[in-house]
Amino acid sequence: MGDIFPRGRVSVAGASTFGVGEMPGHSTIEMAGKAVQLALADAAIGLSEVDGLFIALPDDLFAGLSLAQYLGLHPRFTDNNRAGGASFMSHLVTACMMLDAGYLDCAVIAYGANQRSSGGKLSTPARPDRWDAPYNPMYPLSFYALAAARHMHQYGTTREELASVAVAARLWANTNPEAFAKGPLSVEDVIASRLISSPIRARDCCLVTDGAAALVLTRTDRAKHGPQPLVPVLGAAAATWYNSVTQADDITITAAAESGPRAMAMAGLTPGQIDTVQLYDAFTINTILFLEDLGFCAKGEGGKFVASGAISPGGSLPVNTNGGGLSCCHPGMYGMFAMVEAVRQMRGTAANQIAGAKTALAHGNGGTLSAQATVIFGNAETA
Amino acid sequence: MSGPSAEWDAALAEGRFLLQRPVDGGATVFPPRAFAPGTGAELEWFEASGLGTVYSATWIQRKPPEPPYNVVLVDLAEGARMMGCVEGVTPETLQIGMTVKARIVGGETPKIVFDPVEQAHG
Repeated sequence: MGDIFPRGRVSVAGASTFGVGEMPGHSTIEMAGKAVQLALADAAIGLSEVDGLFIALPDDLFAGLSLAQYLGLHPRFTDNNRAGGASFMSHLVTACMMLDAGYLDCAVIAYGANQRSSGGKLSTPARPDRWDAPYNPMYPLSFYALAAARHMHQYGTTREELASVAVAARLWANTNPEAFAKGPLSVEDVIASRLISSPIRARDCCLVTDGAAALVLTRTDRAKHGPQPLVPVLGAAAATWYNSVTQADDITITAAAESGPRAMAMAGLTPGQIDTVQLYDAFTINTILFLEDLGFCAKGEGGKFVASGAISPGGSLPVNTNGGGLSCCHPGMYGMFAMVEAVRQMRGTAANQIAGAKTALAHGNGGTLSAQATVIFGNAETA
Repeated sequence: MSGPSAEWDAALAEGRFLLQRPVDGGATVFPPRAFAPGTGAELEWFEASGLGTVYSATWIQRKPPEPPYNVVLVDLAEGARMMGCVEGVTPETLQIGMTVKARIVGGETPKIVFDPVEQAHG
């Protein structure tokens, strides 16, 4: 047994983003609170109807309690799961099970961060563990650099192939009004950018922005009667293999190789039946690793796949159609924005809408390639 | 009584690099545990050979004139993996796959660093 999921029985009733890019003068809970207000308005659901709160904030270990206080609610359940940028996909797993079981009637998942306005650096309470710390790796950047260096060694992945991920993200961002980083970006620009922790260069790294986002989930029988196009959750799985990627058996294979197939099995879909992919691209290597691990290309072939133009506008597999963490926004735990973009694609309202898309995969990454979670959304046709 | 991490620290302070293995056989364990991860089996300490192979490497850049420094992952000969650094190498000479040997550097908080092992010729 295990992995029994209420396929299609829970849906996204509301979705929002707030303050994407720069939103000075707001605390993290104010950002998250505003996103909740917007998502509830989107769903035409009153604040008092919310009975489940799911949240992670960068600076608040008791964020679930803070959100209950901020919203003035006495929720039946709060969840402050901290699986890094995959937290929100994990929240969604729990929320779907609790909604389908009837424990909850209306769940909100929320996130807000102000790292651009509050200092311009990635703000995280996370640190290398005591076994890694004596060697002063940059956290989390050097851990991803070690994965990238090994991927290049093991499969012959090239600097140009890594750079092509950033270029594809920028092409999508250039036609998304919400995206923070716009303008021309070439493979040469990426390779000429400042070396930070080899082989990772400045333009291989996600942005540092502000931003908040929220989702409202209800059972599908209710969402059907809401004001928005139906976006059912078809499958959702979280996988955790370690905390420090130092302890990976093979640093080029992430737990996405577990979460992806599990989520797709729940949805009854294969990679070839996924119309668009929104994944957590903290660094350019992430996109390559996750596309391989999720089954969109063979292990070791990710570099060639991304460099072929497959993930760019007009390509065979539209990836990070909002511009991703590399060019749209990255307030620190990007997972929420991958899910919101997937929801917009399923509603038919994305800035870079993929015509006829019926399935969207959102993938979150937490820690140092440590925690991976995959969610598959559908529309009224796939419910 | 101390936990396994403190026991490891104490041995390192005495100049010994310890690893663990299940009493009844099985994969080498590092970082130290109270029992074998995945199975719960009883563990015993043994002294590492110190030999290993560089599994991956990154050079962290600093503001000039400070030179970059390296951080590596080393696959130890006995089977476990650990983070480390390799001394006496450059970005050109530090290679994935090269053989290295552990050395304990002293001070208030001793730590393990690695040196390249000259490969025998002919």
